Amino acid sequence: MVTINGENLNAAGKTAAQFIAEAGYNVERVVVERNLVILKKDELEITVFQDGDTIEILNFVGGG
Amino acid sequence: MISKEELDRAFDARFAPEIKEKLQSARVAVAGLGGLGSNIAVMLARSGVGHLFLVDFDRVDTTNLNRQAYTIPHLGMNKTDAIKLILADINPYLDIKTQCVKVTPENVSSLFGDYKYVCEAFDKPDQKAMLVRELLTQTGATVVSGNGMAGFGDSNGIKTNKINSRLFVCGDLTTDVGGGTGLMAPRVAVCAGHQANKIIQLILE
Repeated sequence: MVTINGENLNAAGKTAAQFIAEAGYNVERVVVERNLVILKKDELEITVFQDGDTIEILNFVGGG
Repeated sequence: MISKEELDRAFDARFAPEIKEKLQSARVAVAGLGGLGSNIAVMLARSGVGHLFLVDFDRVDTTNLNRQAYTIPHLGMNKTDAIKLILADINPYLDIKTQCVKVTPENVSSLFGDYKYVCEAFDKPDQKAMLVRELLTQTGATVVSGNGMAGFGDSNGIKTNKINSRLFVCGDLTTDVGGGTGLMAPRVAVCAGHQANKIIQLILE
């Protein structure tokens, strides 16, 4: 299981980019942290979620 | 003109000298000088933060007057120039640096690499995400970001969220602009206050 934003999900084996798209996020508007390390944009396609990972997906909305 | 000593005395009446010294020697960057950034800059200047670096590429226009620190005489000016005038009227003895430039992944490190604290205060969600991502991966800065402050929903929905030791995100995290929901002065200022206060906490802790 992978813990994503506090929820245990069956997402091991997916890339970060796959998960982001399937969950309905826009890749341009998110910052992804894997085990307390922020992923660079070009790492999203090649980072594969593993069992035991803790992922935070921070989704930005407009306004400022 | 008021002297630096008079302003210092006014500060000393309220806080211990070591607090003043920490704030005076602090260096803080603010990226984006709209509703969040212009208000953050004013609050940090009032708090005596000694060195501010303020970045925006935009000019003041009439749609800004509902929530940003600018007034009618600033219309048409670069926001970086307008904010300097506003801050000079609050405390003329601060070191204020500005740059009128669009922030990109390519210039994040050269703009902000020397700053320990950076406020993300953009308005477009892709730009917000870009800046936070690039600051955290290219620099050692601690980032205080604003995310979700549109509309006139409950003020108490706006919180300061600690994401990790270098990232704090202030806002309700969900209320987007659009669909009839615009930005209004109170909630934008509440969020700006969260960001400015977190910066002051980080400086003083």
